[in-house]
This record gives sequence, structure tokens and C-alpha cells, in this order.
Amino acid sequence: MAKIIGLPKLSPTMEEGTLVAWIKKEGEEVEVDDLLAEVETDKATMEFRSFDRGVLLKILVPEGETLAPDVPVAIIGKTGEDISGLIEQARSLSGSAPASAPVSAPAPISAPASAPRTESGSAAPNVGRVLSSPLVRRLAREQSIDLRLVRGSGPQGRIVKRDIESYGGGAAEPFVPSGERLPPRVVKASSMRRTIARRLTESKQTIPHYYLTIDTDIAPLADARLAMNAELEAAGKKVSLNDLIIKAAAVALRRVPEVNASWMDKEIHYHQVVDISIAVAIEDGLMTPVLRDADRKGVAQIADEVRALAERARDKKLEPEEMSNGTFSISNLGMFGIEDFTAVINPPEGAILAVGTIRNEPVVQGDAIIPGRRMRFTMSCDHRIIDGATGARFMEAFKRIIEAPLNMLL
Amino acid sequence: MRQLRYREALREAMLEEMERDERIFLMGEEVGHYQGAYKVSEGLLEKFGERRVIDTPIAEAGFAGVGIGAAMAGLRPIIEFMTWNFSFVAFDQIISNAAKVHQMSAGAIQVPIVFRGPNGAAKQVAAQHSHSCAPFYTNIPGLYVIQPSTPRDAKGLLKSAIRSNNPVIFLEGETLYGVKGEVPDEGVEELTPIGVSRLARPGTDCTIVTWGRPYYTVLAASERLASEGIDCEVVDPRTLRPLDTSLMVESVKKTNRCVVVHEHWPYGGPGAEIVDRIQREAFDYLDAPVERVTGLDVPMPYALNLEDKVLPTEERVIDAVKRVAYAS
Repeated sequence: MAKIIGLPKLSPTMEEGTLVAWIKKEGEEVEVDDLLAEVETDKATMEFRSFDRGVLLKILVPEGETLAPDVPVAIIGKTGEDISGLIEQARSLSGSAPASAPVSAPAPISAPASAPRTESGSAAPNVGRVLSSPLVRRLAREQSIDLRLVRGSGPQGRIVKRDIESYGGGAAEPFVPSGERLPPRVVKASSMRRTIARRLTESKQTIPHYYLTIDTDIAPLADARLAMNAELEAAGKKVSLNDLIIKAAAVALRRVPEVNASWMDKEIHYHQVVDISIAVAIEDGLMTPVLRDADRKGVAQIADEVRALAERARDKKLEPEEMSNGTFSISNLGMFGIEDFTAVINPPEGAILAVGTIRNEPVVQGDAIIPGRRMRFTMSCDHRIIDGATGARFMEAFKRIIEAPLNMLL
Repeated sequence: MRQLRYREALREAMLEEMERDERIFLMGEEVGHYQGAYKVSEGLLEKFGERRVIDTPIAEAGFAGVGIGAAMAGLRPIIEFMTWNFSFVAFDQIISNAAKVHQMSAGAIQVPIVFRGPNGAAKQVAAQHSHSCAPFYTNIPGLYVIQPSTPRDAKGLLKSAIRSNNPVIFLEGETLYGVKGEVPDEGVEELTPIGVSRLARPGTDCTIVTWGRPYYTVLAASERLASEGIDCEVVDPRTLRPLDTSLMVESVKKTNRCVVVHEHWPYGGPGAEIVDRIQREAFDYLDAPVERVTGLDVPMPYALNLEDKVLPTEERVIDAVKRVAYAS
């Protein structure tokens, strides 16, 4: 007896998933636990495995569609079964699903505006059917270029040869070495790289970023850290300056909660929890594990959890739910000597704080020049929700905490 | 190489072949005493006599049929139609007999005959006398159809057509007869193979496939396009059936774009056939739909200004190339 297969909820927080690739084709035998398809959730590409055995009779949803959980995606049964009734049923089911997913119409699908904390409009710039010339499709196949990311300049937005040639990184024509110049080493972009590319492009193209930089006296916080570590030594523990900065930012977010917010199309979601995404550099990429309830945790606990998350990130062992639904991000490049920088907002968060290095430099205090220890912070803000004055109030509150760490106790 | 006119090249082809093989004879209206309506057979009567250069009454069905019978009996006739418009009277002979006998006799009977004459529009000869006939004859299995664009190809292909054991439709052009071009010197025999296309102009940006009268329109348009930075490659199929697509497909794989330019009407015919082959054989290399510039889909008007609009123009070729190059 044939049955409709819905898109499974592949993580507890999955609100929608993009069907990246069908691994099984129509007409293929399916065993229980066989890989049916790959589904990209908000952060990771997940395996969609079969709970049923039989034959994949019908694929209802083409690759590239973004759908809500339980929307019918396929029909599995026995060869030769009449599935016309099931196709009808699937069509009506997908019509009532939250993220409407037409079975055949190649219309773009967007997440419902009311879905909380999803990557709203996370689908890449081109959704639905991508128009491209046959030449471009071949080149994209050969060079593993996702055509959904390429802007078409032909009629009706058709992607033509010149578009793929000017597409970043993708040299369309084979490189002919001249003289002693070596050709580029061509590497297929990993799924993580493609996700990073897609999400950050989307962020920088759709979010009106602006930046606020503040210079602080970091000496009090650095001294506080030394004192704490002396205290923790017996327990064999240590906190880093970064752990203290996370805590300071979390407290500041409580004091200026307007910054702890997300733009969700026609709504603004003010988060009632402070979940901080920590940017962690890993081999060939970047992950942003989320430290939950940073405002309510002690610095020692923060240190433990951040260390564990970073380790799991480097081992690529993070679960999708450990990387999703942050409310604010912190990115620190101070260890590389970067004095300050501007970071790209991690949607749907409203802001990201970029942390620079400690600078030992002369400071004018009154009429005297004294040795100072300084650190600059730059916050990138989504202007749709955070106006300049609001962002500035946050930075001011943050600076007060950094320069007088006891303020965290208030 | 010397320069010859297209008509002189054709005359030389017939002369040389008739000297070589006495089974070859020329038959048609005004081919003898009048020296040919377009002077293609000039001097042949004097040289070969009335047994081999035969003036006929105005009766195309009759002399086409006589020619086919002669070919079946072992001679090698060249039948001249004063224009291909008049071949319609002989259509049944060509289609039902010339094209069929070899197969229907299980290969026992061959029909080595060439039907030749001017094809297409001339100047203000109006709707009934301006037909571009390639689509009618290329549709028929059993016929070869040749349409040379240059004097050199006219000579080399007519010689090959005369030597072929298949019935050949040989389409010339009234406006081409006066065109001059390089032809191998006397004593240098060139037999241009049937069914092999020719690269007429190398280029990198767009392939143009063309033959016959529009060949010259395309070459002029290519020069204008080159001055705008669009470098066209021109391929002349020369033979329309059997059609050699290898060169045009290779070219499209390089340029990723193709425009087919022909004088005949757009509905079907070799123009549409070429587009079909290219989209199948070079599908993964096309950056734009294949475009065509054709004679417009109307009976030819008599008025000169309208005739000029109906025939493919340089402007229409340039527009089509720019469309496929996304340059307009």
C-alpha cells in the first residue's frame, strides 16, 4: 500500500528545510534507513532517511524547494500501484501546510512571516526555477556552481555565459597557463562553504548594516580576570578575557533589550532570552555555536561551555540545535592582533559585536600621559530594528561594564 | 589563382566534364543556339554539336522525363531549367521517378542526372518567379541538393554532381552569375566533395550558417559586426542534402551562439533542419536560442522596396547576432 512521505523534522528547532538533493530517483528500490535526500536546515545539511521500504514511486517536490516539516515530498509503495489518489491528497495536504509548498508549480516559497526565529527568506536570491542557458548549466555542473547564487543578465533574468564568467571564483573557461604562471587549484566548495556564502551574501545584501565603534579601557577587566583566575586556580579552571566580554555583552543586552531583537519581515521579535552565538573558526570555515542564557550564567560556567562548544565545533560534532536560534553574536579576532573590524550580521540576529586586540598605548589622563591598555569594539547593527541612538546606548552600557566590571553585579 | 565569374565557373565545369565523358549531354530551353538564358552554356553547342547540347520546347515535364529516361538507359544528362520556378511543372518526374527508381528497382537502375538552373529571387520577378526551392527538394530522400555560394564551389561541386550516380538538384542564382571569385587555374582539377561544408570566415563570438545569395549579405554584416567587436564565424554548408553538420557544430561549441541565414521561407526546409541539428548536437554549448534570418513568410512582392525588405538584409543579420550575443 503506497503512502505519502512528509518532510521529517530533522532537528527540534527546524521550522523549514530546503530539499538540496534527491539521492534516490523515481523508480528506485528503498530500504528502511536508506538515504532518500539531503535537506538543508537552518545551519546544517542533514540526511533524510527512509522509515519505509518499497519503491520510490513519485517525487513530489523538486530539488531546491524550501518546505515546512510534514509537507508531502514523495510517495513510496509497490511498483505499478495507482497513486493518482495519493497525488491528489498530497496536493491538498501541501496546500494547508504552514509553508505552502506547491507540488508542481515552481513558484518561489517563502517562510511564513509568523514563524519565530527562522531564517526568514533564507532561500538564496534565486528561488523556484532558475533560467539559464544550456551552456551555463553544463559549466555549472562541471564547476559545481550553485546557479541559484548567480545573477542572470539575459532575458527574464536568464543566466548566460558572461554571468557565470563574472561570477566570483568561478572561472568559466579553462585556464590556459602562459609562461610560468600556474593555473588556480580548483576545489569543489564544501556544503559548509556554500552555506556560509549563501547566508553571508544574503545578510550583507538584505540587511542595512551600520557600525558603531567604541574604545575602552580594558585594564579593569584584565585585572579582574587575573584575580578570578587566581581564585579558580585551585579548581584547575581558567576564564579568558573573551568569556568576560561575553558576560559583559549579555548583561548589557539585558540593560538595552532593544538590541536583543530580530527583524522578521513585518514583525520585530524582542527576545526574552540572551543566547549568544560565538563565532568559532574551524578548518575550512566558521561555525557559530550558541551559548544559551549567557546573562544568567557565571563566568566560570560560560568558560566551560564555550570551551566545550568550540571543541565540538572544531570536531564538527555540533548538533543543528546547538547552532541555531542565537539572539546576538560575538566575533573575536583580537588573538590575531586585529585592532578593530566590522563583522557581518548573522541573520536573523539584529547585531554582532566585533572584538579587537589589547593595545598598550599612551593615554591622556588629566594633564598626564600614562600607560594604558585599550580595546576597541565595533558593533554591526541591523538598522531596520536598531537605530543609531539605540545602538549607541548599548555600546555605552557595555563600556560601563567593561571599564567597571563590578557593574555586572548590579 | 585566377578570378572567374560564377557563370564562367559553371560553364567550365560542364565543358571539362563533357570533354571527359561523351555520355554527358546538356538539355533545356535555349541552352544551345541562344547560348543559355543566362549565358551559362555559351559556346557549348559550337563545341559539342546538337547531339549533346539540345534545345527543347517549353515543356519541362517532357524534357525532365526524357532526361531521367536517358539516365536510366546509361547516359548522364544535365537538365537546365531556365529557372527553378519552372521545375514545378516537372515536379512529378523529379520526385516520383528520379528520386525513386534506384530504390524501387532494388538498386538495379541508377539515375545519374543533374538538374540545374537559377534559384531564388532575382530582381522584381514577383511572386511566381522568386521561389527559393531548397525546402521542396531537400525534403525528398533520394535526391542530393547542392547550392554553391562561390564560383570555386560552383565549379567544383558541379563537376562532382555530374560524376555522381545519384540524381542531383543543383541550385544556382541569377544574382550570383556575375559574382567573381577565385577558381583553380586551368589544368588544375578540383572536385569539391558533395556533403562537406566549408569555413568561410573564422571567428570566435557567433557562428553564422548561410549559403546562396545571403552568403554575401552575411559576409558584409560580419565585417560591420567586427568593427563593433563581435567576431562572427561563417560556415557555408554548400550541400543541403546530405547535410554536413560537423563543422557548424564544432563552431557552435566554440562560439556558443548560432544564427542561420537563408533566403527560403522560414517554415521548414534546410534552415529549420540545421537549427534542429545544432540544438541537438550542441545543446550543452548553447548560450542562447539559435536564431534565424529568413526570407519573410509572404509571396514575394513585386515592388522593389518591399522585395528588399523580404530578403535577408544586413540589418536583420546584425540584429539577430546581437540578440544571441546579448549585446543589443
